Amino acid sequence: MALPEIKQTATEARLAALELPTAGCTKPAREAAVARVREMGLPDRRDEYWKYTRPDTLVQADAPKAALFDNDEPLMFDQIDRLKIVFVDGIFDADASDDLSLEGVQIERLEDICCTDIHWAKDLYGVLETRGHNPVPRPLAALNTAFAADGVAIHVTGKPSKPISLIYVHKDEASDAFLHHIVRVESGAEATILENGPAAARFNKCMEIDIADGGILHHVRSQGRDHERRAVTHMFTRLGEESVYKSFTLTVNGVLTRNEQVIEILGDDAVAHVAGACVGDGDFHHDDTVFITHDAVNCESRQVFKKVLRNGATGVFQGKILVKAGAQKTDGYQISQSLLLDDDSQFLAKPELEIYADDVACSHGSTSGAIDETALFYLRSRGLPVADATDLLTLAFLAEAVEEIEDEDLAADIVNRLESWLSRRR
Amino acid sequence: MLEIKNLHVKLEEEEKQILKGVDLKVDSGKVHAIMGPNGSGKSTLSYVLSGRDGYEVTEGAASLDGEDLLELEPEERAAAGLFLAFQYPVEIPGVGNMTFLRTAVNAQRKARGEEELSAADFLKIVRERAKSLKINADMLKRPVNVGFSGGEKKRNEILQMAMLEPKMCILDETDSGLDVDAMKLVAEGVNALRDEGRGFLVITHYQRLLDHIKPDVVHIMADGRIVKTGGPELALEVENNGYADILAEVQ
Ligand SMILES: Nc1ncnc2c1ncn2[C@@H]1O[C@H](COP(=O)(O)OP(=O)(O)O)[C@@H](O)[C@H]1O
Ligand SMILES: [Mg+2]
Repeated sequence: MALPEIKQTATEARLAALELPTAGCTKPAREAAVARVREMGLPDRRDEYWKYTRPDTLVQADAPKAALFDNDEPLMFDQIDRLKIVFVDGIFDADASDDLSLEGVQIERLEDICCTDIHWAKDLYGVLETRGHNPVPRPLAALNTAFAADGVAIHVTGKPSKPISLIYVHKDEASDAFLHHIVRVESGAEATILENGPAAARFNKCMEIDIADGGILHHVRSQGRDHERRAVTHMFTRLGEESVYKSFTLTVNGVLTRNEQVIEILGDDAVAHVAGACVGDGDFHHDDTVFITHDAVNCESRQVFKKVLRNGATGVFQGKILVKAGAQKTDGYQISQSLLLDDDSQFLAKPELEIYADDVACSHGSTSGAIDETALFYLRSRGLPVADATDLLTLAFLAEAVEEIEDEDLAADIVNRLESWLSRRR
Repeated sequence: MLEIKNLHVKLEEEEKQILKGVDLKVDSGKVHAIMGPNGSGKSTLSYVLSGRDGYEVTEGAASLDGEDLLELEPEERAAAGLFLAFQYPVEIPGVGNMTFLRTAVNAQRKARGEEELSAADFLKIVRERAKSLKINADMLKRPVNVGFSGGEKKRNEILQMAMLEPKMCILDETDSGLDVDAMKLVAEGVNALRDEGRGFLVITHYQRLLDHIKPDVVHIMADGRIVKTGGPELALEVENNGYADILAEVQ
């Protein structure tokens, strides 16, 4: 079907402003991705999938500038022993990065992958993204596959001793960055990937994750507190038998953030958890869009999203669990909750279940509420100033999402960060 | 000393007068009991003294050691030394009991210009005081009051009181919902805190609690007023004859 003219014009305008990298082995994938973008058209306000979030500034040819965020806070994950891979405005910075060798994992820069070899990357780059357009297109992810200037291929074959930490540095007020990472976790292997940093004025990031039977991947990400960030991220994850994927994202402030998680559970007895804690304090917009497909027996999925919104912040949650016929004994859980600290802020939620198997246990819930006045009075009557009491209740509200992080040190780091952000606000 | 003069209170949202002129003076070192039928305004008095929203003082005054309580925020009243053991302790999911206690103790110390307790000192004191109230390590770790039984909640209130060391303690029906053993435990906790420098206002329905916490003065409250004041024998009179006789007598 032909695209509406407006969409087509906008899409062509965007494509005209971009240049296809001369990347070797990903070339066919990139060309195919351009064709997909043309076919789907880039998102606009009329798209149902973008009902709550305006994609205009993510699509327009010129990236709106974003002031560098000055801050004196210690860097995220600073106390954690990790392998650092640094990108500045979306380009790998070898000097700032650690040596990429670590036992149990092979890490290569995408552009270094040898073109002539048979490389696992060829079977993954753009592949999960391509699968991820059903039932809704995600053209910004295809745009990323086509134009990603950089990224790494992470091949987990053992159990690396420390997390692989992707650090995104923002130095150019007008940067428009595309990063594309691919991750393959082999059978029985286990790793943790961390992501943090403001990245770019406009940041489009895509990660494709393929977890083989019995593989385990933990993902912990922090976005914020940079105010002028515009980011769209996609994580496409495919799970094999008895594999585990656990992802947590902390999102604080930022003009516009859309995080999509597309998860396909293809092997029996697999587990996928995605969680998010958001704090929006000001005219900020966070959108978590999750789509989980159960296509195997006896699998578990969990979505836990908590958003604290004040001073005009908007939180969006679109979460769907699709249980295919035959995906018996599926255990699907989804909760999205917002704590609205004033009347200027809003939470928009669209939780969905679509179930074609008969022996499943799926539940979802979404709530939106103010601070509990009775609890607030109780704390104040014990001597807590109203601001401290509010912070304590706010942290307690977010705790359920943060508790999804398995590693205690990482969880503590996130909690400390939240505490200092909450208290610094005053 | 807690001093309440001619206190009139109505609901903020409705034209409903609840307290209609309460006069009361509780000296340091003394235990006063307030008894009275349901709905007479006992809890309202305790809430208004501790600064809960939803009530409007239309007349009268309340002070603690000369400081006007009604002018203060709830947390300032707490720092000034006022403590209310709630009739219905509040559950706070996600906030660990221990964190809550330490935050409260240190917030009050800070407000009074005192140094915060070190984590080690705090832990030592809390363990010791929890032990005498038979509050185990698990209850200290769990979120505040979440999943606690009625008795555990009440003991947790007394633990908070013991940690905060207030000058004036108001106990609102701390005995309700407790069996005899639990009530004894709570009474022992309260008695351990009886001190020259500390006053108590014990609100109760039953004389039973007053067998264990011996009051110096007993007040009867009805329809928003203190209608009769006497010694411990007044509580026995209520126990034996109910409120009807007393109320008829003061009409
Ligand atoms: N927030 C409120 N809203 C409506 N009525 C109230 C409220 N608080 C107290 N009341 C009313 O005020 C009266 C006194 O209540 P309360 O102080 O709880 O009495 P007591 O503790 O002596 O049983 C009752 O009639 C009660 O229904
Ligand atoms: Mg009452």
